[in-house]
Amino acid sequence: MINWRSTYAIYRNELARFRRTVFGSIVSPVLTTSLYFIVFGAAIGGRISEVGGLDYGAFIVPGLLMLTLLSESTSNASFGIYMPRFTGAIYELLSAPVGVVETLLGFVGAAATKSLILAAIILLTAMVFVDYTIAHPFFALIYIMLVAASFSLLGFILGVWAEGFEKLQMVPLLILTPLTFLGGTFYSIDMLPAPWDKIALANPIVYLVSGLRWTFYGDSDVSIGISLGLTLGFLALCIAIIATIFRTGWRLRT
Amino acid sequence: MEPIHDPILDIRGLTKVYPGGLKALDSVDLSIRRGEIFALLGPNGAGKTTLIGAVCGMVRISAGSIHAFGGDLANNWRTARQRIGLVPQELGFDMFDTVERQVGYSRGLFGRAPDRARIEEVLRSLSLWDKRDEEIRKLSGGMKRRVLIAKALAHDPELLFLDEPTAGVDVELRRDMWRQIDSLRDQGVTVILTTHYIEEAEEMADRVGVIDKGRLLLVDEKEAMMKRLGRTEAHFVLAAPVSSLPESLRAYPVTLAEDGAVLSYRGGDGTGKGKAEVAAVATALLQAGIAFTALDQKESSLEDIFVDLVERQGLAA
Repeated sequence: MINWRSTYAIYRNELARFRRTVFGSIVSPVLTTSLYFIVFGAAIGGRISEVGGLDYGAFIVPGLLMLTLLSESTSNASFGIYMPRFTGAIYELLSAPVGVVETLLGFVGAAATKSLILAAIILLTAMVFVDYTIAHPFFALIYIMLVAASFSLLGFILGVWAEGFEKLQMVPLLILTPLTFLGGTFYSIDMLPAPWDKIALANPIVYLVSGLRWTFYGDSDVSIGISLGLTLGFLALCIAIIATIFRTGWRLRT
Repeated sequence: MEPIHDPILDIRGLTKVYPGGLKALDSVDLSIRRGEIFALLGPNGAGKTTLIGAVCGMVRISAGSIHAFGGDLANNWRTARQRIGLVPQELGFDMFDTVERQVGYSRGLFGRAPDRARIEEVLRSLSLWDKRDEEIRKLSGGMKRRVLIAKALAHDPELLFLDEPTAGVDVELRRDMWRQIDSLRDQGVTVILTTHYIEEAEEMADRVGVIDKGRLLLVDEKEAMMKRLGRTEAHFVLAAPVSSLPESLRAYPVTLAEDGAVLSYRGGDGTGKGKAEVAAVATALLQAGIAFTALDQKESSLEDIFVDLVERQGLAA
C-alpha cells in the first residue's frame, strides 16, 4: 500500500527546495529561451521563409520547449536525489517507511511539476516573441507531462549513478542538449540532405520534438504514433531500471 | 542470561560481508527489551554502525534475520520503520532549509500527520524552538546535532537508535544529551546507543554489549557485568622495602613491585570480595610487622572491562 503521507512529504520538500532556488530554477531557463527566440526567431528567423507552412518563429516553439523540458526535468530530478546522497541526508529516506513508488512519486513528481510550471512560463514567454497556436492542447498537455515524467525518471537514475557533480552534468550537457539541437528543434528533418535525413532518425530526440510539434500544428516529421510509442517505451524502461535499483540497493544501500 | 520475553528487537545470526570481503558483522545474536537503554560498545570499525544500518535499512544483510516489534523486518519493514528512529553519526540534512521545516518533513516522511504542536514540543525539549526559523547551516555544531535528534523524534519512535550521539560534542552538550536520553527512557522509548565513550555507557545504559571485529563479545546488565568482570586493585606503599612476603599473605593474589617497596593486590570478583580481601591483607601486613605509608585502591571500571575484553579478543584472533 502506498504511503501517501510520506509521498507528499517528499514532494513538498522537493518543491520547497525549488522555491529556495527560484532564480536558477525559473529565471535562468526563461532567459535562455527568450534569447533563443530573439536570436533564432527574430534575428535569423526573419531571413528564413516558412518551414512546413509555418512562420519560422512559430516552428521552433515546440523544439525550444522540448529543449527546456528535457534539460530541466533531467537536471532537477538528478539533483533532487543526488544531493541527499552527497550530504548524507539519504539515511533518512532509506530508513523511512517508503519504497520505490513513494520515492518516485515524490522526487520525480516534484521534478516533473517544476518542468510543467516552466513549460507554461516558456509558452507564455514565447507569446511575447511569436504568434503560435496549439492545435491539440489536450494532447500537448499529456505529451508534455509524459516527457517531463520520463526525463525526470532518467534524471533520477543519473542522480543515483553519479558519484560527483561532474557526472551529474555530463548527460544533460553532453548528450541531451546536442541531441536536442540536432533533433529538429531549429529545422525540419526534411530540410536535411541525404543521407543526413535518414541518419537523423537514429536520434531519439527527433521523435520527441516531432511528437510535440504535431500536438502544436497537427503536422510532424514522423508519425505521432511512433513518437508516443517511443516515449511510453522510454518511460517504461526508466521505471524498470529504477525498480531494479531499489530491489538491489545499487548505489543506495551498502 | 535468561532469554528476553517479547523483545522489541530480535537479531539472529546477523552477518554482513561487504563486496571487498570485509566481514563487518559475524553471526550477531542480540535481543533488546522494551523500554531499556542498551549501549553497544566497541572500538572504531567494530561493526556498530553496520549493525544499526542493517536494522534501519541502509545496509543489505548477507545472512541472518531481524525481527522488530514481533515481525520479520524483511516482510514488515514498512510498519516497523514507522516506529523506529535513527540519529546518525554524521550530520546529514539539507543545510539550507530551516529547522522547523526539516523536522516537519521528517515527521511526514515517516507517515505521520502534520502536528505543529508536537513539532513545537520536540523543538522546545531540545532548546531549538528559538532557532526554528534559522537555516540549519547557520547553527553551531551542537545545535545541528540537536536538529538531527529532533528529526529522529518527530515521528514519535518507540525504538530509537543513537549512533555515537556525543561524538565530537563538548562536555556540556554531552551532559545535555544524557538528560535527553533519560527523558526518553521516562517516556518508554527503547534506546540503542553506540558509543566508544565508556563513561556514556556507564552513565546511561541498563545493559551493555561489547562488539569488536563484527562479533558480539558480551551482552549483560551493566551492574552484572561490573560484578562478574569487575576487579579490585590495591597498592600498599611499604614503609621499608621487603624481599619476601610473609606466609600469612600467601593465600591472597598479591605481588611485590618496585624492588619490594610496593605490595600490589589484584583480585576480587566485583561482589565486594576484593574490598574485604584488601582489608584482610592490610591486617596481615600489620600483624607481620610490615608498616605501610599509603594505600591506593580502585575498583575496575567498565572501561577496564571493555579494554580487557577487546584486548583478549585481539590476542585470540
